[in-house]
Amino acid sequence: MERPIRVLVAKPGLDGHDRGAKVIARALRDAGMEVIYTGLRQTPEQIVNAAIQEDVDVVALSILSGAHNHLLPKVVELLKDEAVYDEMLVIGGGVIPDEDIPFLKEKGLAEIFTPGTPTQVTIDFIKGNLKRA
Amino acid sequence: MDLANRLLNQDKRAAARLITMIENNEPEAIAIISELYQHTGKARVIGITGPPGAGKSTLTDKLAKGLRRQGKTVAIIAIDPTSPFTGGSILGDRVRMTDLYTDPGIFIRSMGTRGHLGGLSRATMGAAKVLDIYGFDYIFIETVGVGQSEVDIVKAADTVLMVMVPGLGDDIQAIKAGIMEIGDVFVINKADREGADRTKVEIEMMLDFNHSDWRPPVTKAVAMENKGIDELIENIEAHMAYMVSSGGYLERRIKNCQAEIIELTQQSLLERLLGKEENRAEIRGLAEKAAMRQMDPYTISNQLLEKMV
Repeated sequence: MERPIRVLVAKPGLDGHDRGAKVIARALRDAGMEVIYTGLRQTPEQIVNAAIQEDVDVVALSILSGAHNHLLPKVVELLKDEAVYDEMLVIGGGVIPDEDIPFLKEKGLAEIFTPGTPTQVTIDFIKGNLKRA
Repeated sequence: MDLANRLLNQDKRAAARLITMIENNEPEAIAIISELYQHTGKARVIGITGPPGAGKSTLTDKLAKGLRRQGKTVAIIAIDPTSPFTGGSILGDRVRMTDLYTDPGIFIRSMGTRGHLGGLSRATMGAAKVLDIYGFDYIFIETVGVGQSEVDIVKAADTVLMVMVPGLGDDIQAIKAGIMEIGDVFVINKADREGADRTKVEIEMMLDFNHSDWRPPVTKAVAMENKGIDELIENIEAHMAYMVSSGGYLERRIKNCQAEIIELTQQSLLERLLGKEENRAEIRGLAEKAAMRQMDPYTISNQLLEKMV
């Protein structure tokens, strides 16, 4: 049997809105993935610890607070410090202005999904870009 | 350094990877656990079970914090159901445990049942061994929310904590066979709700019919407010102490190993039978005969078994 893709869905930052995160968690579940949902207001350190212990294939970060240029690269940096970035696909989603996306990609986010992106696009991206077999 | 040595050196990434490999049934992981099996057996394995929404995850979080204050290390395996339709799952037990994430004396792993019934996943026992080898003092196994027959936890744990809540049903529910019989320690969580005392009385009455020397203690707790947690830890410790002094500890572990050996053998037999295309084709052919009433399923099953062993 093919092993399920494991995805950590995390919400860094201080905003209290997780509807988007829950919608994507549900969509990934329905696509046959194991989604580890961690709840609101996570620090980058908490997210990276969870990603390591859960040994996930994908770290999906949902952020609406406006602090994405700080928090998302921080997660990537910590994953690199722990030597697991090479095995984990890191993606972001939420209210992120188009002009910030090139910066985030340069910092190691594989893709950014802004509001209105069909969930199938995200699912296909994950399936097509996993870092380990 | 290889995975086995990294695990012995308490590398969390190695532990996490080995658990993944066990979940995916990779022979290499099984070989590593076999090799390191003599390092297992030191951790105390606590099963935490109860109906959905009883507050198992919140209680697990508080118990882990209580034990951390005593300087103990704690690994948590939290199991949630896998969809039988898509194979996907949402593993959400971590939401109740966020303050534990960065504590170096804690390890949390979420698992989907992946089609396994009984309240655990097939890889739960293997994952517990990995965390035991790593050296955690306590391993908590939080089952899926159980109904009346998910009792596998009793075969995996030294102590089973049964989490109840007020108002689940009338006293008839309390005497039903199955999950109510496997608790070594009972707690009524959300005890600030109406009916907690009545629930306590009902559980106590049910326990009056038990004939074991160990009388499971029943206490009340409000996990969200950290009430009743220290008392609960004392009760878990008391059960452990009783098990050791009565000789029940070893007896339970023998029974648990026996159950595990039987289950592993069952799995291997099934895999040997169904893993080969020719066998599946043969069964299909025999099923056709059974459907036409040319053969009966009992004879067919016996024939298959004889051919295999």
